[in-house]
Amino acid sequence: MEEKRTAQRALVTRVLEGDGRASRAERHDAFDNATLTEPLHGLISKVAKYPTLTTDDDVAAVKASGLSEDQIFELVVCAAVGQATRQYQNAVAALTVAISDEGS
Amino acid sequence: MRLEILNSGYTFGTKVLFAFIQLASRRPVPDAAKLVFYRADFYGEPMKLFTHEAMRGPSAWSVGDRELMAAFVSKTNMSEFCIGAHTATAAGAYHDQARVAAVLSNLETAPIEEPLRATLRMLQKLTREHTVEEADMRRVLDSGVSRAQIDDALAVCFAFNTTNRLADAFGFFVPGPRGFESGAKYLLSRGYK
Repeated sequence: MEEKRTAQRALVTRVLEGDGRASRAERHDAFDNATLTEPLHGLISKVAKYPTLTTDDDVAAVKASGLSEDQIFELVVCAAVGQATRQYQNAVAALTVAISDEGS
Repeated sequence: MRLEILNSGYTFGTKVLFAFIQLASRRPVPDAAKLVFYRADFYGEPMKLFTHEAMRGPSAWSVGDRELMAAFVSKTNMSEFCIGAHTATAAGAYHDQARVAAVLSNLETAPIEEPLRATLRMLQKLTREHTVEEADMRRVLDSGVSRAQIDDALAVCFAFNTTNRLADAFGFFVPGPRGFESGAKYLLSRGYK
């Protein structure tokens, strides 16, 4: 159990805090699906909530705004890991409460 | 894929490896493999470590159960590449295609064990609504699933809620049945490392 949680935290730490072509602030914003400027906001929101709706035009618009492909790669990865992490943490917290209630 | 770097931006050594894989498998290198080889220190290496631990590490769930969870989460996310890849891998692990097809068709009527059904129900809610509550976990525990098993199932769910998003955002090519069969054989013999 602990090995998996450690490996999950290592992934999150790497994409957010390690070296990258996008700034750490941008990676944190993508991870959090925070308010970003368009057209990046549109792409990141789709990755987080409606990934099957992502289109070639969404990616092309972000490229045209001046971001490199490597920056887009990193920010999309952060958005995907961020949304999955929020769901994971929510579920682990719900499980922890259910287990603690069981013991009381 | 939508980013040209994911189609052609690899080091010489990685291109040689891809050529070897293509020669040995007689199939194009799947986009899922390309993704984890691109600047692997950023995402691929830490994600492979996590995913291998979740899918092949110690667990009371069988490999088939975990691959079924991967296929089921992918179905909930409507992620076409991952549905095909993990449906084939789950069927191979169980040696039972009908069992996998039944779950993906209708979880409530599929002939599976109740603890697995309760777990899949909870993963479906988490994936679809992005949130679950204490009562959802209570129902899974009451079905006979241990805390460790729920933890293990949540790890599978995290892996595929990440991978599904990347497959659809980057636009993975969706191969035919032979491509998925080939990928399933690889995942069952080598895992995710």
